Amino acid sequence: MAKKFVGERVPRVEDQRLITGRSQYVDDIVRPRMVYAAIVRSIYAHARLKEINVEAARRAPGVIAVFTGEDVREAIGPVPVASQLPDLKIPRHPVLAVEKVRYVGEPVAVVVAEDRYQARDAVDLIEVEYEPLEAVVDPERAIAEGAPILHEEFGTNVAFVWQLSGGDIERAFREAEVVVSQRMVNQRVIPVAMEPRGVVAEYHPGEGQLTVWTSTQIPHLLRTQLAAMLGLAENRVRVIAPEVGGGFGSKLNVYAEEALVGYLAMRLGRPVKWIETRRENFLSTIHGRGQIAEVEAAVKRDGTVLGLRYKIIQDVGAYHQLLTPAIPTLTGLMATGPYKIPNLHVQVIGAFTNKMATDAYRGAGRPEATYMLERMMDRIARELGLDPAEVRMRNFPQPDEFPFPTASGLAYDSGNYPQALRRALELVGYEQLRQEQQVLRQQGRYLGIGISTYVEICAIGPSPALPFGGWESATVRVEPTGKVTVLSGASPHGQGQETSFAQIVADELGVGLSDVRVIHGDTAIVQYGIGTFGSRATAVGGTAVYGAVQKVKEKATRLAAHLLGEENVANVAFEAGQFFVKDRPERRLTFQDVALAAYLAKSLPPGMEPGLEASYFFEPSNFTFPFGAHIAVVEVDPETGDVHFRRYVAVDDCGRVINPMLVDGQVHGGIVQALGQALLEEAVYDENGQLLTGELTDYAIPKATDVPWLETDRTETPSPVNPLGVKGVGEAGTIAATPAIVNAVVDALAPLGIRHLDMPLRPEKIWRAIRGA
Amino acid sequence: MIPAAFEYFRPTSVKEALALLDHYKDEAKLLAGGHSLIPLMKLRLAQPRYVIDLGRVRELEYIRESGDQLLIGAMTRHVAIETSDLLRQRCPLLAETASVIGDAQVRNMGTIGGSLVHADPAADYPAAILALEAEMRVVSSQGERWIRAEDFFVDMLTTSLQPGELLVEIKVPVLPPRTGTAYVKVAQKASGFALCGVAVVLTIDQNGVCQHAAVGITGVAPKAYRARAVEHALRGQKLDASVTAAASAKAAEGIDPLEDLHASAEYRAHLARVWCRRALEQARARV
Ligand SMILES: Cc1cc2nc3c(=O)[nH]c(=O)nc-3n(C[C@H](O)[C@H](O)[C@H](O)COP(=O)(O)OP(=O)(O)OC[C@H]3O[C@@H](n4cnc5c(N)ncnc54)[C@H](O)[C@@H]3O)c2cc1C
Repeated sequence: MAKKFVGERVPRVEDQRLITGRSQYVDDIVRPRMVYAAIVRSIYAHARLKEINVEAARRAPGVIAVFTGEDVREAIGPVPVASQLPDLKIPRHPVLAVEKVRYVGEPVAVVVAEDRYQARDAVDLIEVEYEPLEAVVDPERAIAEGAPILHEEFGTNVAFVWQLSGGDIERAFREAEVVVSQRMVNQRVIPVAMEPRGVVAEYHPGEGQLTVWTSTQIPHLLRTQLAAMLGLAENRVRVIAPEVGGGFGSKLNVYAEEALVGYLAMRLGRPVKWIETRRENFLSTIHGRGQIAEVEAAVKRDGTVLGLRYKIIQDVGAYHQLLTPAIPTLTGLMATGPYKIPNLHVQVIGAFTNKMATDAYRGAGRPEATYMLERMMDRIARELGLDPAEVRMRNFPQPDEFPFPTASGLAYDSGNYPQALRRALELVGYEQLRQEQQVLRQQGRYLGIGISTYVEICAIGPSPALPFGGWESATVRVEPTGKVTVLSGASPHGQGQETSFAQIVADELGVGLSDVRVIHGDTAIVQYGIGTFGSRATAVGGTAVYGAVQKVKEKATRLAAHLLGEENVANVAFEAGQFFVKDRPERRLTFQDVALAAYLAKSLPPGMEPGLEASYFFEPSNFTFPFGAHIAVVEVDPETGDVHFRRYVAVDDCGRVINPMLVDGQVHGGIVQALGQALLEEAVYDENGQLLTGELTDYAIPKATDVPWLETDRTETPSPVNPLGVKGVGEAGTIAATPAIVNAVVDALAPLGIRHLDMPLRPEKIWRAIRGA
Repeated sequence: MIPAAFEYFRPTSVKEALALLDHYKDEAKLLAGGHSLIPLMKLRLAQPRYVIDLGRVRELEYIRESGDQLLIGAMTRHVAIETSDLLRQRCPLLAETASVIGDAQVRNMGTIGGSLVHADPAADYPAAILALEAEMRVVSSQGERWIRAEDFFVDMLTTSLQPGELLVEIKVPVLPPRTGTAYVKVAQKASGFALCGVAVVLTIDQNGVCQHAAVGITGVAPKAYRARAVEHALRGQKLDASVTAAASAKAAEGIDPLEDLHASAEYRAHLARVWCRRALEQARARV
């Protein structure tokens, strides 16, 4: 059937309400008799909790209740971690600290008052007596002898040791002609979603139901966890993710406050609202990255990479959040990137530190892998005197080698890596740029060209690979008027699936885009689902929608055949929203006619149920593996260290494209966040564990004026893993761009003998490197 | 991000504002554009009991010419200064400086008076105010006085304003012919404030000899300062690239540069030298 919508630059149906300020975020929700919670947070990174005096706060105007960790420890279960690793140390993670605090910002007590001003005022009246302990902030130090121990019961700060091997790494290094090694730091960064977290909870004693509105990416998973934490039956908890103002992985979690506010609503019999301040968001919403790695490559003089060895220390933070330990395992899985590198060894040591937990942040482990590997490819090229593009070309698997097995045990679904790189080189005018670079160097100008070729792992993922199911669900419900309601178990929060899912459905059913409404994010309305993360919503959730719509079509066709008096369903065609018998096209039924007939149910084929709706749970057989090539061109001001972009070219292959505009948007956003990490961002804690970059005045995220013109292009290699052929693109930019930018800067500085600089590449750091060169 | 309770007043004249100020003394804070004060209140770093909003004191919002002086009311918004035709013609330095303050939202609300009195060491105006040798008129119930730019900034976040005093007007001289000016700024990437901002006023005669040079530098030291050594090295010299370069090398002479998360003292001093030279070159080209 001709596609009217799929593949087109259809404007987002979400935009109208977002741009005109008519969408409803958590803080827009107001319930009758609602009260406000404010949280007292630890001011020490590591301390014993002595006395907490709440008397003055209890007596303060408007205050309804104050609770400490001791008050709720029996009533609320610990904050959960879903990931399993062998010998993983899982400390008890109470929603309010008990006995000890382990990071600045850890919740210590909660105040509930009639309004948010009174709640905030009362926070200052709570006297917490701490006995400060020595803090450990640096993960390397944390796992060294004699470091202060966060969780005494373990006697160590090593949270886990995880290893991954493929091939024969010892042999690779024995056979290596050259060994290139580099220590690299992937600094801790802060996700900074525009909307901070927030929770409203309301208990309905009549029904025994707790409703929780929260800014989350995973309403159903959260419901299951909240029910367990609060001792409620799962079908008595309703979680609603209203409009979510960005997540980037930081809301792919179960947070202490979500259970705490739910508990308060039940305990106090009044709806409770808690909205995170920006400072709280910096202190106590998960951070991303935080890896220190020693990387070694065994290579041949022609640039062939024989093997890679990674020794990674993952900064865990004080406790695990939902997926904390899983993130660096994604780094390991993707450690050979888009190359044919048969031998691999990865070791990851997780280190508890007196800081907020790290967890999934856009890319979640893959940006770290791509960064290290792409820096290594450039290091190798320089060491061997080869062109960095050439070194990459030499190590790519060829298109006929797919599905391509990796040393890390994955099977890449489909790809044409040389084509993507060639396209990017062509677009940027690589040969010419290299010549220009030579000329400029003669004039004392520092032009740098940075290449990054990447493959990432998306459509997460087959259920066996996930702690909580990796499928996704959809219901396609045709209403009696022929309007179509789609209930998706995915929980998009800015990615635009209300548009792309409608495109899929509208094309399949021959209806208009505005006839389709996509609903998600409410566990009382939508069947169980997994959520939106890991660039999965389209590849897994979209496929579920596609599967459900096929069932609907199939039923509608059977009904149409019946109504048209045709015995053989195969003789009935469905085109442009109309059913007809192939050799008698003059009599037609519209899709609406059939929908209505299904509900009026006056004449149905024998055995057919009335109504027209179907659900589909799609279990993918594999991940998908998008790939591409990004090239950054920068000029470094040698006098100040400033980095100026000249060009930025991105060629991404995310399989079939449902909406090019959405894909461009995702690529743009991803590149911008990568640029932030490459050049600006870093969560800086001092040695006492105080977060120095605790506000937007001190933590620099990119502004529009920091972003160059982004030249995006695509190749399209369909995925065989799902019938749509889609792969996912939500994180590609973040994964690809960081090394492209850093490679460009280091390339610019190459004549000075500079081989590596750790991010963020702030002007002063570059200036010092130049001076030291 | 939730301020403590306060009582709010909205006077409509300077007189009324002064009366309130006299009455509540140091328990009161004047509110201009609110773009420095309100963030502090939200973080509870400032907790005034009384807030006196100058937003309706219309008599403080003006830009006008009087003889060879330009007069600017303290409540004039950054955007008005940035877009004023009068200033663009007669004192482009001030308009240029205003144009790089924060973003459009900040410039729509923030006022020159609020910025000067707040005396953030990384604010933009102070550099220009120093280089222009502006004067500030302050009033109190006791009367009024003029404060020269150089006496105005005392230390980080501190001016020579006394309790009970209100800044009402900024006076800048109309610049003589054959004068070029420039304001250049290296922004701290998070806040947008100046890591280093250099304002230059340069008058050069027909023969290319520097008649007058004034350089104000902000962001580098605990308070904005005049780079006297640079000015000395320029005055009376026939200017060329090597003279301005040599003079700029003195841009951080005698100061104790700030050091923080965003830049070391050494780098700040270096930026002052580099951007001083670049500002001088720009101003020279504009003569
Ligand atoms: C996001 C953001 C970015 C910014 N970026 C920059 C930047 O790049 N460069 C820059 O220079 N500034 C920047 N600012 C600061 C901005 O320019 C402020 O507007 C300015 O510093 C204060 O002016 P205001 O009118 O807002 O004063 P307010 O915040 O209202 O007041 C500031 C202080 O001055 C006092 N005060 C105000 N008016 C008077 C008066 N007439 N007499 C006596 N006392 C008075 C107040 O009591 C208060 O103590 C930024 C601010 C924000 C929020």
